[in-house]
Amino acid sequence: MSAIIDVRHVNKAFGGLRVINDCSIQVEEGSVTGLIGPNGAGKSTLFNIIAGALPLDSGQILLSGEDITNRPANELFHKGLLRTFQIAHEFSQLTALENLMMVPPAQPGESLAKAWFAPRAVREHEAEIKRRAQEVIEFIGLNHVRNELAGNLSGGQKKLLELGRTMMTDARVVLLDEIAAGVNRTLLGDLIGNIERMNREFGYTFLVIEHDMDMIARLCDPVIVLAQGSVMVEGSIEEIQNNPEVIEAYFGAGAA
Amino acid sequence: MNEFVFFINNVLIAGSVTGSIYAIGAVGVTLVFSIMRFAHFAHADMMTFGAFMVLLLATLFPNAGAALGVPTAIVMLPLAMVLTAALAVGIDKAFYKPLRAHGVKPIVMVIGSLGVTLMLQGLIRLFSGTGGQSLYVDDRKEIFRLALPIEGVRVPVVITEPQIYLFVLTLVAVIGLQLFLSRTRLGKAMRAMSDNPDLARASGINTNTIVAVTWVIAGGLAAIAGTLLSMDVTFKPDLSFHLLLPIFAAAIVGGVGHPFGAIAGGFVVGFAETLAVFNWNVLLRPFRDSLPEWLELPNNLAFVGTEYKIVVPFFILVAILVWRPTGIFKGKVI
Repeated sequence: MSAIIDVRHVNKAFGGLRVINDCSIQVEEGSVTGLIGPNGAGKSTLFNIIAGALPLDSGQILLSGEDITNRPANELFHKGLLRTFQIAHEFSQLTALENLMMVPPAQPGESLAKAWFAPRAVREHEAEIKRRAQEVIEFIGLNHVRNELAGNLSGGQKKLLELGRTMMTDARVVLLDEIAAGVNRTLLGDLIGNIERMNREFGYTFLVIEHDMDMIARLCDPVIVLAQGSVMVEGSIEEIQNNPEVIEAYFGAGAA
Repeated sequence: MNEFVFFINNVLIAGSVTGSIYAIGAVGVTLVFSIMRFAHFAHADMMTFGAFMVLLLATLFPNAGAALGVPTAIVMLPLAMVLTAALAVGIDKAFYKPLRAHGVKPIVMVIGSLGVTLMLQGLIRLFSGTGGQSLYVDDRKEIFRLALPIEGVRVPVVITEPQIYLFVLTLVAVIGLQLFLSRTRLGKAMRAMSDNPDLARASGINTNTIVAVTWVIAGGLAAIAGTLLSMDVTFKPDLSFHLLLPIFAAAIVGGVGHPFGAIAGGFVVGFAETLAVFNWNVLLRPFRDSLPEWLELPNNLAFVGTEYKIVVPFFILVAILVWRPTGIFKGKVI
């Protein structure tokens, strides 16, 4: 296995506050890597830097060996690096199915000329995308609400939709930002099951930020613990749970 | 019946003309707002710029129209649209993009656009002078007088050539925009970005392209509106600037960010203006004899005098903001 995401010595400060401090992590291809850490450890910042939503101050990020430092999110999308949002994002004025259909890149309808002069090719491609969206929406179990406006879905359903979005294209790496937050237990089971299937059956690599330790324990191997902007420890969930440093970082000195 | 024709000329035709201009202007304003989330005050001066480009080109090649049998200004319009679109993209690159990159609040962008307004207006004034000039440089404005085939009607329905072009181009622009937004991937990407820019980016949509496309459309539409307005009246460096308020009123009436709302809003404001300044005495005069004696018709029965026309969109603007702040079509995203 080789590192599909390679973060090298990244630094990021907001004003005088150093949030990411010479941080280096690797995500192995085909893994579900967990990223945990106490509040303020810099998880979300690191995540946004990898996803191209925030510029970094110094350091380098590689995607399968290719330098993607400071590339915008839409470019990373076309290279197969997708993300979900901590607070679920959706196109509220489109239906759940249409939300999924927004995703696939390079549709022939993209160019004005083709939309008017080659309507047949556009229609066929649209039909293809619609088939795929239909498959995905069944996979994530939202078929019954596919024609609802996405803005009207529940918080948990929006999270499932976020996951579905990442399945609409041939993504290689998916960054999941607290996908379990605000999702009820039954829906969470579906969510975890879907992520496991996507990883095993379709070969997606995941980098997961999560506060829900159950979910981390069920899904992730290895787990990286971030504290004060750099990596504290990295290992399997058992190693992490028994590491005194981690316990101290989470519960304060003396808890161990 | 003559009075009725008078009504057609002064309300139906005049209202449609004003309404079309406001509508095309408001669509540009509303598109810019829905993508970039700020009120672009320099829009009216982009209209003037478009008209000025037509004036320049028509002065340079005064005989271009005669060869094709249409007014020279119409021949030059496509080129002026391209130039205005280029100007819009250029202004964005030079002034708005750096502001966006700093993540400033929308109000800063609005103030920035006021600066652009003053610069553009000054620049145009510098080259064109302050007086009025006709866009018909070497040709004559055709005025059609259509006599109605009804007995006793002496007054003809009057419609001018640029007005006909205006109606046709408004229709073309509306249909084209609808097809663009609903059918093309780029149009859908615009709708997506107006709904949720972060998600659009994470869905692989290049938001810089969308911003550029928005400016191209806004610039092109501004050139159409400005040119046809100047063809119908005369070109003046501040002609379009005085329409800024009604155009914004139209955009807000229709629900900001809602292009078809903006079109409807344009016609609402346009007709409200013409109906408000119309002298209703004209329509009531034929019934003078059947009215009770104590009721004497005053000579002027207009709601407001022509010189206070600008009050009407102001009133509509305030009324909409007070009673229905989201506009008649509940706009926010395309």
